[in-house]
Amino acid sequence: MTKPNQDWSKRVEELAHTRLNDCYQCGKCTAGCPRADVMDLPPTRIMRAAQTGDILNAARATSIWRCLSCLTCTARCPKSVEVAGVIDALRQISIETNTFSDESLKVVGFQKAFLRNVRRNGRTNETEMATDFEARYFFRRFDVMNVVRLGLLAPKMLARGKMHFKLGSPVKDKELVKRIFDRCGVEL
Amino acid sequence: MDIGYYPGCALHGSSNDYEASVRVCMKALGVELNELEDWICCGASAAHCINKKLSTALPARNLGIAEKQNLKSLFAPCPMCSMELTKANEAIRSDEALRKEMSDIVETPVTGNVDVVNLIQVFQAVGYDAIAERATRKLENFKPACYYGCLLTRPPKVVKFDDPEEPTSMEELLQKLGAEPVEWNCKTVCCGGGLTLSDEEGVAAMTYRVLQNAIDSGANCVVVACPMCQVNLDMRQADAKKLGLTKDVPIFYLSDLVGLAVGCAAKDLDIERRYVSIPKDLK
Ligand code: SF4
Ligand code: SF4
Ligand code: SF4
Ligand code: SF4
Repeated sequence: MTKPNQDWSKRVEELAHTRLNDCYQCGKCTAGCPRADVMDLPPTRIMRAAQTGDILNAARATSIWRCLSCLTCTARCPKSVEVAGVIDALRQISIETNTFSDESLKVVGFQKAFLRNVRRNGRTNETEMATDFEARYFFRRFDVMNVVRLGLLAPKMLARGKMHFKLGSPVKDKELVKRIFDRCGVEL
Repeated sequence: MDIGYYPGCALHGSSNDYEASVRVCMKALGVELNELEDWICCGASAAHCINKKLSTALPARNLGIAEKQNLKSLFAPCPMCSMELTKANEAIRSDEALRKEMSDIVETPVTGNVDVVNLIQVFQAVGYDAIAERATRKLENFKPACYYGCLLTRPPKVVKFDDPEEPTSMEELLQKLGAEPVEWNCKTVCCGGGLTLSDEEGVAAMTYRVLQNAIDSGANCVVVACPMCQVNLDMRQADAKKLGLTKDVPIFYLSDLVGLAVGCAAKDLDIERRYVSIPKDLK
């Protein structure tokens, strides 16, 4: 796991299809980022850290999991850097190396629960997903307020006929979906 | 008109009102939807965060099915689906090695030659004038703020749709149908929907910003073409009120308004189950 930094930079460039050194640190991505104010490393600084080869440190930043993938940064970069793609690459690396912060556990847990659900069913089953996410997250760190909030949310969704307790139209070839996941080397 | 149809999980799950609206509206316009056989989830926001290859393979499987069914164009009403499908389609078309790899992974040949379209592009294909000719009523009283959110116009190099900062395609259509869309500043500002279940304070603040700007610009409703934007802007208004949101704002799908204009009944369009109920003069 202790590869030289250069390998990691190359990996990020390959995953994101972009050249890290194209970034000239103008700050436009951060200026338009709706989450910059709650980020330890906002996008411009993520880019700088990646340029200096500090990949594993950047992958540890809480900000990569506070990013909403809204793609504003990518859309506005005057140098056509795939900023959101770099963040995705760092996310993948942080999962592969298990370097995410405690705070990010919840978001990572949610994304993994989502994919586990897709792997199992071929399509998402929302009720099953919420339960899975709950189970995985709340047994580790108990957050009373969030349980209460979700408890409040569920009846609201029910009232609107929005929660589905049955799979609408299940995928026929579920085994194929599992094979696709396996061939991509996804570990959940 | 005949078109391939990829509903995606959201429309078969909690956003089944969007599916009803799309189907009823398309029927009224004479657009036949051929649903993909045994489609699978496109991976949404989770796949690209966790595994790049998977984020291409899941859409690729669906593109392969479309190719097998001989569908030239594929309509995905959820912009996250249409963006992910478009991205995979382009990547596969322009890279021979990837074409081969993906065809193997998804067990069906994928060449990347399907034309993926969003809801607005379907209306464009029908023709705004042709839709206006079918209209049986003018959308009087409607002062919509047209909301494009994140993924209809981004990333611009992938989706190649409208102007990424100042899109106008929904406004142009609704104007032709007699509505008066307002000028406002948050057309492409993210509403925070992606944070649902993980950072509720963050979502409320972002939702508030978008909705209050719509109200301050004179809108009496917001129109979206995205199931996630709809549910987020609709369901989060109680939280946004705590931050000072000055009134309720009904949230329509674009297909609701087009449907109403061409004579579909509000009940058939399934607009009754919204959190913020739709006032009488907007039905
Ligand atoms: S907008 Fe582009 S060039 Fe400017 S700092 Fe961000 S990534 Fe670098
Ligand atoms: S994609 Fe992420 S980093 Fe880029 S602007 Fe949006 S929230 Fe910020
Ligand atoms: S992006 Fe959403 S709607 Fe589209 S297939 Fe995936 S989960 Fe389903
Ligand atoms: S729901 Fe909000 S966050 Fe998601 S795509 Fe729509 S605008 Fe962006």
